[in-house]
Amino acid sequence: MSQRRALKIGLEIAVPLAILAAWQAYTVHLDSSKFPRLSTILVEFRDMWLFSQFGTHVVPSLERIGLGLAIAVVVGIGLGIPIGLSRWARLWTMPHIEFWRAMPPPALLPITVILLHSIGNTQKVAFIAFFCLFPILLNTIDGVRSIDPTLLETARSYNIPQHERIRRLVLPAASPQIAAGMRTSVSLAVITMVLAEYFSSTNGVGYVLLISKNTFQFTPMWAAIVLIGVLGYVLNVLFLFAERRVLAWHRGWRASQA
Amino acid sequence: MASTEVAGTLPATRERRRGRGVEPVVFVLSILSALVFWELISRTGVISQRDLPAASTSFNELWSMLQTSHFWWSFADTVRGWFLGLTIAAVLAIPIGILLGSSELASSAFHIPIEFLRPIPSAALIPVLFLTIGTNLRSEVFLAAFGAFWPLLVQTIYGVKDVDPVALETARSFGVGRFERFWRIKLPSAAPYIATGLRISSTVALILAFTAELFMGTPGLGQLVNYAQSYGLETQLYALALATGFLGLAIHLGFSAIEKRALRWHPSQRVVGT
Amino acid sequence: MASRLASLAGLMLEITHLAKTYGEGAKATEALRDVSFTVEDGEFVCVVGPSGCGKTTLLKCVSGLLRPTRGDIVLRGNRVTEPPEEMALVFQEYGRSLMPWASVRNNVLLPLRHKPIRRDERGQLVEEALESVGLTRFIDHYPWQLSGGMQQRVAIARALAYQPSILLMDEPFASVDAQTRGDLEDLVLDVRDEFGITILFVTHDIDESVYLSDRIVVLAQAPTKVKEIIPVDLPSPRDQIETRRLETFAQLREHVYRLIKREKAKKQQAPELPEPVPLSGTEV
Repeated sequence: MSQRRALKIGLEIAVPLAILAAWQAYTVHLDSSKFPRLSTILVEFRDMWLFSQFGTHVVPSLERIGLGLAIAVVVGIGLGIPIGLSRWARLWTMPHIEFWRAMPPPALLPITVILLHSIGNTQKVAFIAFFCLFPILLNTIDGVRSIDPTLLETARSYNIPQHERIRRLVLPAASPQIAAGMRTSVSLAVITMVLAEYFSSTNGVGYVLLISKNTFQFTPMWAAIVLIGVLGYVLNVLFLFAERRVLAWHRGWRASQA
Repeated sequence: MASTEVAGTLPATRERRRGRGVEPVVFVLSILSALVFWELISRTGVISQRDLPAASTSFNELWSMLQTSHFWWSFADTVRGWFLGLTIAAVLAIPIGILLGSSELASSAFHIPIEFLRPIPSAALIPVLFLTIGTNLRSEVFLAAFGAFWPLLVQTIYGVKDVDPVALETARSFGVGRFERFWRIKLPSAAPYIATGLRISSTVALILAFTAELFMGTPGLGQLVNYAQSYGLETQLYALALATGFLGLAIHLGFSAIEKRALRWHPSQRVVGT
Repeated sequence: MASRLASLAGLMLEITHLAKTYGEGAKATEALRDVSFTVEDGEFVCVVGPSGCGKTTLLKCVSGLLRPTRGDIVLRGNRVTEPPEEMALVFQEYGRSLMPWASVRNNVLLPLRHKPIRRDERGQLVEEALESVGLTRFIDHYPWQLSGGMQQRVAIARALAYQPSILLMDEPFASVDAQTRGDLEDLVLDVRDEFGITILFVTHDIDESVYLSDRIVVLAQAPTKVKEIIPVDLPSPRDQIETRRLETFAQLREHVYRLIKREKAKKQQAPELPEPVPLSGTEV
């Protein structure tokens, strides 16, 4: 192994560890209740999340993210394909899509509560699903529009019926772009989940965040923050894994184009 | 990008020519019909007027709000929080991104910490800020800056890394100095990515500034929403949502325009898909 | 061969007064003015012409992908208004006409999926087609793992599996290296002999057109008309070395060359003639 490569790998391992060590050292030095030691946080993390509170809080949060994303994917792709294929549909819907995608999600939090008359799961899932919809929708439209016209002409010349075209041509061709949209939505789902639970919930990770703030319990609060970070990271990694497998053909194809 | 119709119809130049003139008409019609739809749903009670004030009611409320100085002060507060947050993020992220992007060693060293810190929803930091820095402008700016920092950092790193090595090598072989190479080749090449990063960050900064105001009560539009919600002022909530939406739209359109200009000459845009 | 030509038992394709203009008013470009010719059943007809003379437009109109401004296209007695079921098209840009996410097998299978044939029959057709083009070994590869020439063979196999009565080919070997081109030319001839398909082949390569065809349709410069139709009286089967050595080959080649050169000279003398838009399937 070359020296340079060894150095690179060494740094990759050392730097994160160094940062963690510095965090620990700093919090020990600070000795403040507001910034508990890293070690304390990690212990609390283990106790809270991996044992007692998993079912009560982590599971509902994950459920909301899961459901919200599922709805966003189905609606996003389901609408994105016809809109991408039809110029008129696109012209008609774009003003609305552009408006809603730019809307800061928290501005609609009170409204979702009013419209859905509750602060239950439906309200939160609706909130998450609504905002996670747009990256997927926009990317699907983009992906469909940038399909190589030669492919489409080939389909036409062979008289391939529309439903086959969509299933075997349009969808796979747009899938790399759709995947990019989904990646954004996965991160967005965590954010909107936290916002929704912090605003109006009786359980969930965001709720824990709120309660620990209200009761001035710093260690659980930090443990919740770390959990949210871990959640975001893990979901991202899982998604990348899945994407890598499903889109393996795309990487090979891009490489051959180079 | 290709404009061939896919829907199975034969391409028709005549149709497209007519189409071009029709676009603004469709635009206006689309918005109008949506507003009419909103009005009808509310007025006919499909969704009760209490839950969903009619379009006319909401816009009326918005209009009266726009005539109060209270609204404009809050609006300015939000813009201020957004602007400061975005600027601080840019001032930090772009130089750091350039540094990290220029060094293979540095970027791989910090790769893991960045990948871990990136997806952290900055909103999760609200309680910490609440209890430490307090419910003031500093918290809001910190939150906005923290959130806006990461997308911009990542985009800048990509941009610097994506420089065409052939261009750099050619310059080097001509004896072009390090700084010149950076200024004339690396930076312009990274510019479109930075522009994209700014667009993303500008949106993130707005969301976080608003969130800080909503949850911490720092002055701004978010605080107005908080107030309206506590006092059950539904119409105001809708009017404020509209106002916030328009602000978000304006920011998004503005930075998208900048991004489009920056992307115009980029090689990736030259790839002919047709 | 000769007997097949002599028998007028099947008039496969009839093109009468075909015209195509793009755009309107001041920006109108006339790609084809008046093109007429016929293709017999089982014939191999090449269309040659100077670059930009609307050869691709012609093929797109014949295939039903483009609606002509004037004129008729009749395939086996039926007017062509949209891609007919018995026609298959092979494009020049093979790479972009194949699906990168699907294996070679699934690429060839695609057009067969909606045909009313049984599953196992479909599989058989695919395998047979790939065997005729010599790609059986690569049936489960991805197209981008193959060379350019092989990808074009996949496109040809796909057309073959579809079992068309007429095959339209739009400069299919233009983007392929010279040596591979020779192999592909022979492949197309073999395929024609094996399956008895009619072939309408567009090319700018004069040698190729003489080598492959039974008749050559030479197009004039834009606005395009048929300049001349030349019967190719070369023996069959063709051979890359032997046939090209023949006196007749050189004569035919020279004849076509002069026709086209004259066209080019004409064009240079009259620069105000509008250049038809080179096409790749999109309209102006």
